[in-house]
Amino acid sequence: MDMRAAPKTKQKLVMIGNGMAGVRTLEELLKIAPDLYDITVFGAEPHPNYNRILLSPVLAGEQTIDEIILNSWDWYKDNSITLHAGWKVTEVDRIKRLVHATNATGETISTGYDRLLMATGSTPFILPIPGKDLAGVIAYRDIADTNAMIDAATKYQHAIVIGGGLLGLEAANGLMLRGMTVSVVHVMPTLMERQLDSVAGKLLQKSLEERGLKFLLGAQTQELVGGPEGRVTAIKFKDGTVAPADLVVMAVGIRPNTALAESMRLHCNKGIVVTDTLQTVTDARIYSVGECAAHRGIAYGLVAPLFEQAKVAANHLAEFGIGRYLGSLTSTKLKVTGIDLFSAGEFMGGENTEEIVMSDPFAGVYKKLVIKDDKLIGACLYGDTVDGSWYFKLLRDGRSISDIRDKLMFGESNIGDVGHQGHNKAAAMADSDEVCGCNGVTKGTICKAIKDKGLFTLDEVRKQTKASASCGSCTGLVEQLLMFTAGGDYSATPKTKALCACTDHGHQAVREAIRNNKLLTIDSVYKFMVWKTPNGCPSCRPAVNYYVTSSWPKLAKDDPQSRAINERSHANIQKDGTYSVIPRMWGGETNASELRRIADVVEKYNIPTVKVTGGQRIDLLGVKKEDLQNVWKDIGMPCGHAYAKALRTVKTCVGSEWCRMGTQDSTQMGKDLERAMWRMYAPHKVKYAVSGCPRNCAEAGIKDVGIIGVDSGWEMYVAGNGGIKTEVAHFFVKLKTSAEVLEFTGAFIELYRQEGWYLERTVHYVNRVGLDYVKKKILDDHEGRQALWENLQFALDGEPDPWFEFDKAEVDTRQFDKLAIPA
Amino acid sequence: MSNWKKICLVSDIPVLGARCVARPQGMDVAVFRNAQDEVFALLDRCPHKGGPLSQGIVFGSSVACPLHNWNIGMCTGQAAAPDEGCTPKFSVKVEDGAVLLDAHELASHALDLTTPTAGPACKAALTT
Repeated sequence: MDMRAAPKTKQKLVMIGNGMAGVRTLEELLKIAPDLYDITVFGAEPHPNYNRILLSPVLAGEQTIDEIILNSWDWYKDNSITLHAGWKVTEVDRIKRLVHATNATGETISTGYDRLLMATGSTPFILPIPGKDLAGVIAYRDIADTNAMIDAATKYQHAIVIGGGLLGLEAANGLMLRGMTVSVVHVMPTLMERQLDSVAGKLLQKSLEERGLKFLLGAQTQELVGGPEGRVTAIKFKDGTVAPADLVVMAVGIRPNTALAESMRLHCNKGIVVTDTLQTVTDARIYSVGECAAHRGIAYGLVAPLFEQAKVAANHLAEFGIGRYLGSLTSTKLKVTGIDLFSAGEFMGGENTEEIVMSDPFAGVYKKLVIKDDKLIGACLYGDTVDGSWYFKLLRDGRSISDIRDKLMFGESNIGDVGHQGHNKAAAMADSDEVCGCNGVTKGTICKAIKDKGLFTLDEVRKQTKASASCGSCTGLVEQLLMFTAGGDYSATPKTKALCACTDHGHQAVREAIRNNKLLTIDSVYKFMVWKTPNGCPSCRPAVNYYVTSSWPKLAKDDPQSRAINERSHANIQKDGTYSVIPRMWGGETNASELRRIADVVEKYNIPTVKVTGGQRIDLLGVKKEDLQNVWKDIGMPCGHAYAKALRTVKTCVGSEWCRMGTQDSTQMGKDLERAMWRMYAPHKVKYAVSGCPRNCAEAGIKDVGIIGVDSGWEMYVAGNGGIKTEVAHFFVKLKTSAEVLEFTGAFIELYRQEGWYLERTVHYVNRVGLDYVKKKILDDHEGRQALWENLQFALDGEPDPWFEFDKAEVDTRQFDKLAIPA
Repeated sequence: MSNWKKICLVSDIPVLGARCVARPQGMDVAVFRNAQDEVFALLDRCPHKGGPLSQGIVFGSSVACPLHNWNIGMCTGQAAAPDEGCTPKFSVKVEDGAVLLDAHELASHALDLTTPTAGPACKAALTT
């Protein structure tokens, strides 16, 4: 008897539908479980998976079909996927678990399945009017329709598009660009009434009319009239009027394609009804994603939600069983070159809502924000959509806007002040203009990558082009390009953004789990939260290391191998692999002895460059790693932490000790703050400044905490920033004594240390939670404030200086010695 | 023919870390240790802008360059897509807890590549 175990046969996964949502699910599945299934795909169209969103640019002649293919024939082959393109599934036998399909020549095939993925998408709605079956009457849904329109444009003159929604207008625009005379017939009084209010709809109409489109609004179609060859020749309306028509495009809406599902007796209601795991409620072996699936009563028609669904479905197909799809918020953007339009949420307003409106019809700019219970619930922008992504973020986060209400209309584009020639509107830039000043990436390069490589998310663009991947100041511009090139729905990102690719959890969830479950090591966090990678990545490991050590001071042990090199070597790495050393000078004050020691060190170790920093300290550049320990020892000054996510400099002016204008001893205040809070790690770098009078020579208005002396005490400012985007600090509180300055500063920064996300500066933290929240915690809650200040003092008590107490600071000194090759 | 030399013990390299091996000629060689105590050896030079890979964060079987975060596979020296480039790799074996490198290879392989320059040395290089 043969005792060898039979090779385990793979399970069979069959996918019906070869569109973007389905194929994305396969991609996600192959990433996490490449060998689990034998995969077979049935697609009714004779093409591999392509980017349906970009059919409009193809129609407009801006791109070709080849350019919008997302997965080539080779992709299916390389991943051992059997693809039946051009085969339509006619029947599914759920008892025998068999899929039957037929092709154009009438051949049939059958395939068995263990799991079935229904991704049948949607079908266009065709008005049930006489003449709907005439030649020249088409929908706008796929490559065949697009080709039919391109073909018609070469032979005929008059086109009618029925439907003034997103798709209809894109079709009309494309046909017009191809030389046809186009009229848009719309039953409603304004265009895109589901995405725009009537004011914005009229602005859009005006702008499209200027380009040459004609509109027949409020018109009800009665019938399509055919000629002797059976081709449409005219359209007739209920009021008796007639318009010539050689081509009629019906773009009046889409319906989830559930015909097959219904024949399989799967429960359908506005789509194939699925649970949060994307399994059909009728049959747990069968999954459904994309436009055909109805999740909590909604069938999504935009790409981003479908990709979220794909991720969850793949996770369950891969038998990991974690992750649920909880629905998406969506926003809209029209892909008509030169028209800037954005809407999201409940932009129509309604009962108990307030509206803030800015209207400049002459300049073609209109903005409406809808607010309810101090929260932004909707936005409709026309002509200037720079702030669309910011409004969308506020909408998604649901944070109170009461503290920024007066500035809300003016937006907060997340574009830095420098590095891109002062541009803030990507549309106005030429292809050769540089968007990313760090990595030298032009607008043309970014747009080409988005189109050619089928990119949908900011992360993908950063990976492929490096644009906005360094300092991030051009992120807003790149988002605009993405919005415009890839379509409107890119921004409908998941409600929580994953920390990195190693997990689906966001920063907040990780912080809370560490605090609530007393997780003391990185490994225990990875286990508890079911990380996908054994030891994380360079993004998550430093973040999680910071979260455990800041949440559990004195208990959690720091892991130096999870810190980037600067915090591991306690110096700042330079481009040639040498380091820079910046000793701490309390409050920016020094003396002859310190300067003499620095001078001696510079000569002894041949340090090539000595530079005065912007933070009132001295930087020694080009120190060899093997010299670091001796340099620190010989200088004999404390570590300046100029390399760390920690308290860096406390910049001060001369103050009342010398200055004839000074009202307070700012230098002493700065030294006291610095001595109380140095050695403090934080989510990002932290800078303070103290000025002795309102002339503010220490530039305290652009620091994380800025203190300004006045005759009657001190003013405290928080969450300023002087780097990528200059942010003026907010006035926080007026204080009397220097003891109060220490307590309030310490409490504020401890709150940030406990609640900030890794790599989030104070300005971003305060923008996220709101200044009112911070005021409540620090100004209104006296006990809470004192507890925070005490926490910080407890955390810092006895903390080592990493330049001198190597053991205590977990400095692995082996790194300073090179290994030799024995003779 | 190879000529294996004991360089250090596996335990001399930090877990998820690296050490530098100085060569009489040519740039240093970085030896890495992952969580499974496997050891890898690469020229200490990122194919992108020459960053010292020994100073990077080690994760899985990759190391992230400390200068611009390129991810380099430690088995092959190959940069992870979409980045393109490869850093020379060196033969390495572990015996009884000791890390061995091939002396012939150390003396002959990848001697032409140089450290990037910074500071006054950059300007000096431009004017000469």
